Amino acid sequence: MITFLIRRLIQAVTVLLAVSIITFGLFFLVPKLAGADPATLFAGKVTNPDALNGIRIKLGLNHPLWRQYWDFIGGFFHSRQFDNGPDKTTCPWPCLGYSFRNDQSVSTLIADRFPITLSLAIGAPILWLSVGVLVGRTSALRPRSFADRSSMLVALAAVSLPVYFTAAVLRLFVVFTWHWLPDITYVGFTKDPVLWGKNLLLPWISLAALYAASYARFTRGSMLEVLNEDYIRTARAKGLRERTVINRHAMRPVGTLIITLFGMDVGQLMGGAILTESVFGLPGLGKLGVDAIAAHDLPIIMGVTILAAFFIVAANIVVDMFYAVIDPRVRLS
Amino acid sequence: MTTLPGDASALQDDFGDLAPDPGTPAAKAIEGRSLTQIAWTRLKRDKVAMVAMCVVVFMCLLGATASLIAPHLGGGPNLPHTLLIDGDTSLPKGSAGGMDSAHWLGVDPTFGRDLAARVVKGAQWSLLISFAATALTVILGLVAGLLAGYFGGWVDGIVNWLMAVFLAFPVVLFGIALASGVPPHAFGFSYVWLRVTLLIIVIGGFGWAYFGRIVRGQVLTLREKEFVDASRSLGAGELRIVFREIMPNLIAPTLVFASLAIPANILAEAAFSFLGVGIPLPEPSWGGMLNDSLSQYQYDPAYLFVPGLAIFVTVLAFNLFGDGVRDAFDPKAGR
Repeated sequence: MITFLIRRLIQAVTVLLAVSIITFGLFFLVPKLAGADPATLFAGKVTNPDALNGIRIKLGLNHPLWRQYWDFIGGFFHSRQFDNGPDKTTCPWPCLGYSFRNDQSVSTLIADRFPITLSLAIGAPILWLSVGVLVGRTSALRPRSFADRSSMLVALAAVSLPVYFTAAVLRLFVVFTWHWLPDITYVGFTKDPVLWGKNLLLPWISLAALYAASYARFTRGSMLEVLNEDYIRTARAKGLRERTVINRHAMRPVGTLIITLFGMDVGQLMGGAILTESVFGLPGLGKLGVDAIAAHDLPIIMGVTILAAFFIVAANIVVDMFYAVIDPRVRLS
Repeated sequence: MTTLPGDASALQDDFGDLAPDPGTPAAKAIEGRSLTQIAWTRLKRDKVAMVAMCVVVFMCLLGATASLIAPHLGGGPNLPHTLLIDGDTSLPKGSAGGMDSAHWLGVDPTFGRDLAARVVKGAQWSLLISFAATALTVILGLVAGLLAGYFGGWVDGIVNWLMAVFLAFPVVLFGIALASGVPPHAFGFSYVWLRVTLLIIVIGGFGWAYFGRIVRGQVLTLREKEFVDASRSLGAGELRIVFREIMPNLIAPTLVFASLAIPANILAEAAFSFLGVGIPLPEPSWGGMLNDSLSQYQYDPAYLFVPGLAIFVTVLAFNLFGDGVRDAFDPKAGR
């Protein structure tokens, strides 16, 4: 178990390093090829060479690329000193540098935006997991019935809809036509939990619809496969109640598969739901990243990308550990 | 198989097309059929999949001939009709977004360009990109999966690690960054074709890791099969074994993957265009039109629904067809 965990952790670290190197290289090399100097991006219209030089020193742009990368990675482990000639700035741990545009600390910006993305990534998964698995299970128990056919058709339709279209249509009817809900402005959970939930209801539903549909399809498919296994026949033959056969014997392997999928999807969502956030104007991590890309704000882009990759990799490890706990074969391989 | 206890007819159903037809002479019945031929026979009997295939073929024809058709629809995709636009609101005059006999699907706000023409032209980009990206994914996934699965050892280690990196990459962010970082005119491409190429590379170049894992798993089991040993003992080289013995067995999973990857890639292209890093304006694209409609959709909902339904119908048809292909190759998957 321990060696398995260590091996996975080492792989995770190398994957994160690779992602950061590619991102770093991309964002430094592509503007360079396009003929833009990060220092001018930061300074805007300043043409004074001395001022530009000061900025270059402050941002560490005078160092070679590998050194900049090294310093950047160092910020994950300790605070960094930015030597700006006369004044020195200390960037406290975890330091991801400062925005090129408005000089704000990237870690503070991310910490400000993260609750919004987290709110999305908590509510929607609860919704889609419960609805998706329930529908899939019901369908699998009565294959080819009317309920099965119609719910699978609805599920297929839902996976064929772009999330931003569903979101826009929902908002059109619920907010603009029927006036059931006021238009969305994010309110923090700690400020007003009821308003928080009310405002996030539409984003949750539109995001969950897509996932719930694919979970229903997936649950149904794997459930049907499991129900065909010999051990299910054995369980039935020894006279167990159908409920026990389904809930204890059939749902266990299906649940394992679903949790794998669930872990990966939630991990991906934590890095920002770009489309949903931009339709509803929710200023989460995805929106932060998209806006930073439009503004060529490299430190923010780096921070958001690495955080998003971190969540995916972390979700992978959690899922693997979960697997190792419940399935001894994984530990041995 | 979706057999419940006592359901014997399903078994008959699955193998019915394999059994010789009692009415034909025995000589004809023994004729060998490949897995693909058997799957095609099953697919032809699937009514839903056949209807979906008709829609798919229709959309593909529409996309392929868009450059010929679009100019004849309501004046073409880029011709403004300012007379059809209300000067005060910049919305189309008349009901349902200005739909009439000249403009079947109405016109867009502000410019008054014909939506039918724009949807048809959008279909061209959407399908071109999704097909090309799927082809790229399939090729990369096959190569990676074959290398990792067949040769194993350190090759497997490297390919596996690469797949982990690609699966952990925030693709959407990366695609946006790449598209916005590349200048409008580079490498001798026009702006539109540059973006098309980038989209194909981003969508196709990041999807392969998932398919590569499927192929690797398949190759791992195929490698140990007796027919591979037999071929090797007859003196076949590595290349012959890979291409003549293992590859034909990968046709089924490849076709199933590809037919479900195309609709996913249509959605991906639409998402990138929606975010403003896909097909550049004023060139029409489904995602771009949806994004354009967002600023006034409470006043002009028709402009929201036209591109939205175009995406929906196309993706749904591809998905239904893909499901049919999967069921035809693997009747156990069931629907």
